[in-house]
Amino acid sequence: MTNRLSRREMLKRTAVAGAVAAVPLRQRNVRAEQHSGQPVFETLTQGEGKTLSAVVARLIPTDENGPGATEAKVARYIDRALSGSLISSLGTYRQGFVALNRYAESIHGSQFSDLPIEAQDQVLSDLEDDTATGFSPNASSFFEVVRSHTIQGMFSDPAYGGNDDFIGWELLGYPGVRTSVTADLQRMDSAPTARQISAYDFPAFADLKTRRTNGR
Amino acid sequence: MVVELPKTDVVIIGLGAVGGVAALPLAEAGLTVVGLEAGRWLDTREHAPDELFNNYRGWPGSVQKANREIPVHRTHSSAPDSSRSSIHPMMNAVGGTTLHYWAQSWRLNPWDFKVVSETTRRYGASRIPAGSTVEDWPFGLEELERYYDRVEFEVGVSGQSGNLDGTIDERGNIFEGPRQRPYPMPPLRGTGFTQMMTDAARQIGWHPFPGPAAVNSVRYQNRAACGYHGFCNRGGCHLDAKNSTAVSTIPRAQATGNLDVVTEAHVRSINVDRNGRVSSVEYLRNGDTYVQPAEVVLLASYTYENVRLLLMSMSDAFPNGLANNHGQVGRHYLSHAQGGGVTALFPRNLNLWYGLPAQGVAIDDWADDNFDHTEHDFIGGGNLWVFSDRRPISAASMGTFGRVPRWGSAWKSFIKENADRSVGSYLQKTTLPYENNYLDLHPTVTDPLGDPVCRITADYRENERRVSAFIQDKMEQWFREAGAVDIVRHGLGTMGPSTHAYGGTRMGDNAETNVVDRWGFAHEVQNLGVLGASVMGTSGAHNPTLTAQALAWRTADHLVEHWGATPID
Repeated sequence: MTNRLSRREMLKRTAVAGAVAAVPLRQRNVRAEQHSGQPVFETLTQGEGKTLSAVVARLIPTDENGPGATEAKVARYIDRALSGSLISSLGTYRQGFVALNRYAESIHGSQFSDLPIEAQDQVLSDLEDDTATGFSPNASSFFEVVRSHTIQGMFSDPAYGGNDDFIGWELLGYPGVRTSVTADLQRMDSAPTARQISAYDFPAFADLKTRRTNGR
Repeated sequence: MVVELPKTDVVIIGLGAVGGVAALPLAEAGLTVVGLEAGRWLDTREHAPDELFNNYRGWPGSVQKANREIPVHRTHSSAPDSSRSSIHPMMNAVGGTTLHYWAQSWRLNPWDFKVVSETTRRYGASRIPAGSTVEDWPFGLEELERYYDRVEFEVGVSGQSGNLDGTIDERGNIFEGPRQRPYPMPPLRGTGFTQMMTDAARQIGWHPFPGPAAVNSVRYQNRAACGYHGFCNRGGCHLDAKNSTAVSTIPRAQATGNLDVVTEAHVRSINVDRNGRVSSVEYLRNGDTYVQPAEVVLLASYTYENVRLLLMSMSDAFPNGLANNHGQVGRHYLSHAQGGGVTALFPRNLNLWYGLPAQGVAIDDWADDNFDHTEHDFIGGGNLWVFSDRRPISAASMGTFGRVPRWGSAWKSFIKENADRSVGSYLQKTTLPYENNYLDLHPTVTDPLGDPVCRITADYRENERRVSAFIQDKMEQWFREAGAVDIVRHGLGTMGPSTHAYGGTRMGDNAETNVVDRWGFAHEVQNLGVLGASVMGTSGAHNPTLTAQALAWRTADHLVEHWGATPID
């Protein structure tokens, strides 16, 4: 725990720098993002989006192990999914953000996204441990929903808006989607060469992309 | 609108693993068959290698009948309902769950058919666990062997035989019963990881072997060999190398001209005539109600839906549900003890990123009665299975062995190092039926049509828990021998909705304790057959599909042989 905190201390400045230096924006809403420097949210309000972005940035931080949820555009994945496959979770997020900010203010005096990262981590730990109050039905269930969707956004096919530039897959050392795999790629004495591609960039599945990602 | 259709010889409710198999011998024999399927056709172009779609979103593109009627579980009759699953373990489509299942295609071992008599003979009757309603099957493995063989060839199964007509072959499962000929295809290939686990097992004197799979190891029936691409776990095959009934038996049955496949048909009741024989099946399709009269009805949906439809089909002759005048529908339910896994951490990458759950190595030394139970306080055992199957979301969701928190920089560093160093195991264990484990209709929870969903009242008992602890010891021993540096044991869980659900319409000679006779036809309704694991009274320690398919073929064969004769006519 101690070295986790000291590492955070050390990374405080790099994390902020990383967020500003946000890399190539080649998706939809590019113009709006470039204009404001902030991602534009399609389902959540801009305020909710700001809270979400701050949460996922602490769950999978930008640090010495490379880019994190911010660069992988995990918040964009969740925002889009909340008007698609995860629409049933939209209420959970909306109520959860209200409770989260209320709790952050009651303990640390500011909205979650305005807190220093140590305080943000403390708040998130309180959610995970279910010691944070004001959540319905409880803080830990909200935390688990956000955590599981953050992992989905970081490590799912980039067609869904997250895992931008295959950041998540490269973090894990995933050697990439293939449609046919030789015996040599399943050895233990040599690692497969990484080759990153979205499933929907294979010609056989290109037609499915629109249907599966609501046209994005 | 109600549409009365022309009469057919046989109507099959559900064209999945078992209905899809039974259709072939019936159609080939010249009977006219209508196959009613709640789902639709899915083809290779829909099976993109997409973990999110397959494993986390429950196939949203397919018909969701099953997901609208997910069974509700409680542990015992005075317990509150458990929290409800969000996804049904099975799916609707032509071919059913064989589209995305693991395709492990095991035969049961000889002991599984004779649990009561063999336990009594070897250890005494007192060793049958108290409260269990287990019976011997009405026949042994030798009766089912030729149907196992038939399905292995007609559907297509890869594997290594271990007992060829009594001659033991150590490359295969030395504990299996005699088989008349080898599998039609060699086993799926090994990997660096399976070789490591095979070597470790031999080191401690066990008998490792590659498991059987309804997946093409070589080109078969004009369909491609497996591509080992890693999206087979709840994923459909883009190469048609997984031998679902949608690509094997169903198209061949259609080619006879005698099978009419009706998709998106939501069956709501089986009707009886004044003599108490089934006369027709009623289903909804695109908002209209259709009545399909038939000489014979074969009920071939999943265990929960088989029981549910029988209980929903009430009439003057069967006031408590069809074929339930003895109160046996829903009884003798069990779901396989598949929980209680063991996960290991190794000090090196295992390269499990590709492959499929059926590409693995098995140990049967501790299954069934393959070892002496004299000094143990349980009967039965488990099959140990490790395999090559890893995708990014599930890899990142790995446990952290108590070493780091579950998020933040320390977690990120941990998964960066260990995403390919952890491996689970699949431990299927003997599970018995008990007096107080059963299925019925939920009194208040319904599907959107207002029909009650199935309710599961069931929990594991001492025998299952003792087997589970014993098998976890064995699995840990195997992982340690292979070099694991950390081990986590998971809880057994309870008996909620499962992909391995058995019983509810058990098969047996005694009409007082069984719903169907030894041929699969209802004791109380001779022109009603039931297909699927709902007729099985024991689980063994292996996946049920091949056994359910062999039984389905046998029921269909029986129907063909006796067509026009009493009592079927």
